[in-house]
Amino acid sequence: MSRRGEPPPAGTSPKIRVEDLRKSFNGKVVLDGIDFSVAEGESLVIVGPSGTGKSVLLKHLIGLIRPDSGRLSIDGQDFWSFSETERTAVRKRFGMSFQEGALFDSMSVFDNVAFPLRRSGRPPAEVRQRVRECLDMVHLPNVEAKRPSELSGGMRRRVGFARAIAHEPEILLFDEPNTGLDPIMTDVIDEVILELKERLDVTIVTITHHMASARKIGDRVALLYGGKLLYQAPPDEFLRSTDPAVRQFVDGSAEGPLTVEFDRERKTAASEGA
Amino acid sequence: MKLLEAIGRMVLRLLEELGRFFQMLGRAIGWSFRPPYDVPEHFRQMVRVGFDSIPVVFLTTLFTGMVLALQTFNGFARFHAESLVGSVVALSLTRELAPVLTALMVTGRVGSAMAAELGTMRVTEQIDALTALGTEPVQYLVVPRVAASILMMPLLVILGDAVGMYGGFLVAVQLLGANPVTYVENSFQFLEVSDVTSGIIKAAVFGLIFSLVACVRGYYTEGGAEGVGRSTTRAVVSGSLAVLFVDFFLTKLLF
Repeated sequence: MSRRGEPPPAGTSPKIRVEDLRKSFNGKVVLDGIDFSVAEGESLVIVGPSGTGKSVLLKHLIGLIRPDSGRLSIDGQDFWSFSETERTAVRKRFGMSFQEGALFDSMSVFDNVAFPLRRSGRPPAEVRQRVRECLDMVHLPNVEAKRPSELSGGMRRRVGFARAIAHEPEILLFDEPNTGLDPIMTDVIDEVILELKERLDVTIVTITHHMASARKIGDRVALLYGGKLLYQAPPDEFLRSTDPAVRQFVDGSAEGPLTVEFDRERKTAASEGA
Repeated sequence: MKLLEAIGRMVLRLLEELGRFFQMLGRAIGWSFRPPYDVPEHFRQMVRVGFDSIPVVFLTTLFTGMVLALQTFNGFARFHAESLVGSVVALSLTRELAPVLTALMVTGRVGSAMAAELGTMRVTEQIDALTALGTEPVQYLVVPRVAASILMMPLLVILGDAVGMYGGFLVAVQLLGANPVTYVENSFQFLEVSDVTSGIIKAAVFGLIFSLVACVRGYYTEGGAEGVGRSTTRAVVSGSLAVLFVDFFLTKLLF
């Protein structure tokens, strides 16, 4: 492992590496030993049923949540060995788009997208131009002066998206980027992700339960269930897989290994209730 | 056993709260002296804590001064010590009442707003978004609010001192027929600079306490809209209690 501060030798370590990550909340195990790595310029899509801790996993990658145990390395450097100031600096290399947008509701759309640019001290003219570019990319012209509360849910999501890419980060994290969007916008967002990937060579981790998006934007697809990554493969292989859990998710079936535990929990709850 | 359990749980919660308070204090101090410095945000908070609180502080201290003159006059008249009313009003206002009442009013007005604002930002993931954008939330949100409170409270208390003493003067002279010249003379006869400065020191400490309590409350909010409501209430209750608690020890220390 390279020492802190020094850039790692090129090509030796993956962009993001997660080793044996574990996290529980109030005694409930959410992540139970997660291992994976994402290479520079790669796009990993994590799929899985709702409530399996996909968002929790994504928040670990940018250090919003501290794991109970396990390691997170960015460019081969152990994230949690850094000081608070260093961690803040590392996070500037990330861009994250949140499920509900998480826009600053005290600011206009323009100020939201400009926020990371202004904080890093870019000159106003450059900020204005970059904000335009980013809003154009998500097909949102003429909303700059509006407040987040005046926008629809899908528009807020896209502004959050524009804010995440504004400072041209090396790593992008997308939490359900197209859930709740109409089919056209879903495709627009997928196109934007693809474009970013091709043009800027960014590393991307996306969480979704849209198999169509996963297939389109992912170099690799992984299934998260029961606190573990059950299966990782390129999209086509993932779709053809005979793994029963993957099959159930891909086919969208109510019966299978993914719902066994759910059924058991429901039965226990029912018998306790009786 | 139930009772012991309950007591134990309460002690643990209190210790957790204290831990969070001092941890946040440390982080806030650490982040105060690192760039970038967001000067406009500091000014915005100073206006919200200081300027916008002027009407509340004005009315509170005016009526406190007035009622103080009224009460002491009635009492002191029983042993012909009416001439001391001015001194009593001046001393009790500057040393105790102006700082404490101002702190309680501002806690209710500003502390609740701080807790609600940060709490809402927490439950809507805006605080996570700040972190994700490489901006430390403690630096961006907590530092300007706490700094503004430490700076503005003393100014509000100086205003409160003046307004309260004027209120006492009004009642004594207009209502109770005291001689204006001797009243003013008496007011300042026993008043020392240290009386005023001790009140100002108290004010700054109260500013630190109520704003930090409110920020901690807001920052650690969980559980949606209901959680925000809970944080707001607790910010006012624990903030006010902490002000009164610390007031006693500060008074003991400063005099």
